[in-house]
Amino acid sequence: MAWDWQVFCKETTSGDQVAGCFGKGGDITYLDWILSAWGWTMSVALLALVVAMVFGSIVGILRTTPDKRLVLFGNAWTELFRNIPLLVQIFLWYHVLPAIFPVLRGFPSFVLVVFALGFFTSARISEQVRAGIQSLPGGQRYAGLAMGLTLPQTYRYVLLPMAFRIVIPPLTSESMNIIKNSSVAFAVSIAELTMFAMQAGEETSRNIEMYLAVTALYFVSAFTINRIMLFVEGRVRVPGMIGGK
Amino acid sequence: MKKSLLVLATLAAFAAHAQTTDTLKKIKDSGAVTMGVRESSGALSYTLGDGKYAGFHVEVCTRVLADVQKQLGLAKLDIKYQPVTSQNRIPLVQNGTVDIECGSTTNNATRQKDVSFAVTTYVEEVRIAVKANSGITSIAQLKDRNVATTTGTTSVQLLRKHERAAGIDFKEVFGKDHADSFLLLESGRADAFVMDGQILAGNIAKAKNPADFKIVGEVLSVEPIAIMIRKDDPAFKKAVDDSIVAMMKSGDIAKMYDKWFMQPIAPSNTKVGLPLSDATKAAWASPNDKPVEEYAKK
Repeated sequence: MAWDWQVFCKETTSGDQVAGCFGKGGDITYLDWILSAWGWTMSVALLALVVAMVFGSIVGILRTTPDKRLVLFGNAWTELFRNIPLLVQIFLWYHVLPAIFPVLRGFPSFVLVVFALGFFTSARISEQVRAGIQSLPGGQRYAGLAMGLTLPQTYRYVLLPMAFRIVIPPLTSESMNIIKNSSVAFAVSIAELTMFAMQAGEETSRNIEMYLAVTALYFVSAFTINRIMLFVEGRVRVPGMIGGK
Repeated sequence: MKKSLLVLATLAAFAAHAQTTDTLKKIKDSGAVTMGVRESSGALSYTLGDGKYAGFHVEVCTRVLADVQKQLGLAKLDIKYQPVTSQNRIPLVQNGTVDIECGSTTNNATRQKDVSFAVTTYVEEVRIAVKANSGITSIAQLKDRNVATTTGTTSVQLLRKHERAAGIDFKEVFGKDHADSFLLLESGRADAFVMDGQILAGNIAKAKNPADFKIVGEVLSVEPIAIMIRKDDPAFKKAVDDSIVAMMKSGDIAKMYDKWFMQPIAPSNTKVGLPLSDATKAAWASPNDKPVEEYAKK
């Protein structure tokens, strides 16, 4: 089987080879297109990660408070978003919810996908944050309260600094997962890497080269996040604490 | 021990390459043939559920395989149905999983490098479907609107070419398959759905309110749709071509077209209602396997 890596220098509308592989004056080559698709993948993934971290952390904390109503809300949130497949959730956000809440129709599909992916991952992050907080000895919370800190202050100054350091490895997994899960966004018309692979593969009939290039980009993206989190883990390490040197 | 494993592995790799593309021999030896079919390609090839497939091309292929069975003198021919998608249909034909693909594949020069096509049985015209009350009647009016099309089809590139050529700027939304793209039009996320006319007609016929939709506008592209078989297999191609040409000469193919496109069809007993186009009639009158690029030259 013959490789044809020059296909990336082809212009997408006319099919001519472009010298230098980057299109000029409005022309786009497949190389330009794959880089733009990569940009979309990273945008969706990183924004969804921010949404997931914020909501996941809050819900995870709520599940460890003494107030039963907050715990119930946190549990309900987690179970709702954990028990429905991601692709189904994305279709719900894109087709079903805008039919029920017409205000959502004005939102671009990018925003809806970020929320769908973010809330799906937030359920998993809330579970990990809850596990991290509950793994701390119970005495930590009571010591904080006994010193006169309010409950929010106890969380902020005593519990969360330790809990988050403990759960950095699972959070790393979740961050990498979100890069990979962003591939389902192709189903709702986001021009990201998976859609590029399918469409460009069809247009050029060079499916293997396209899928290999997309695989390499997904791998590089996920691995980069992995290394960044490893760096973060090293920097925030506290000697004497779990995971510390 | 290690060296012989390496030699075995290399031999196996070469053996895989040296596969014979003699489909007739494969069918005769195994008594079975795999037909590639589509799950929802309008009236050309679609599923009735439960592993059953129907459609104009499915019927043409069934007749072709019956003729092949007679030619090979087989008492029994087991037809296996393999659903394919736009992405995997060519690799599956190339690697031998599918012997004959009977869906809605456009015959173009790029694909002819990887597979062969039988004589063209249907000529498709790419049109625009819109909501009847939208007032859109041509592609020029799609400026700044949302246009839906299906990922992994030739229509995506076609739209891009039109956008560049005519300088019209519209926003593309992609459905993951034809049913999804039609849903985008139905729900209002898209103002138009650009696709092969028979897929548009088929989807409109199956919609909740078919009268709400219209197929409008100029023909954006004329594409020959043909049955796909493996490349470099002249014996099988001759068998398939002869069978189809016989259907064209005897008028059977016209009767089949009428049955699938003008009469009510399963499962919902609605009719597609797409009259025979001049291009298709011409393709039947002079059977050929010319790619789409030759049609565009005219």
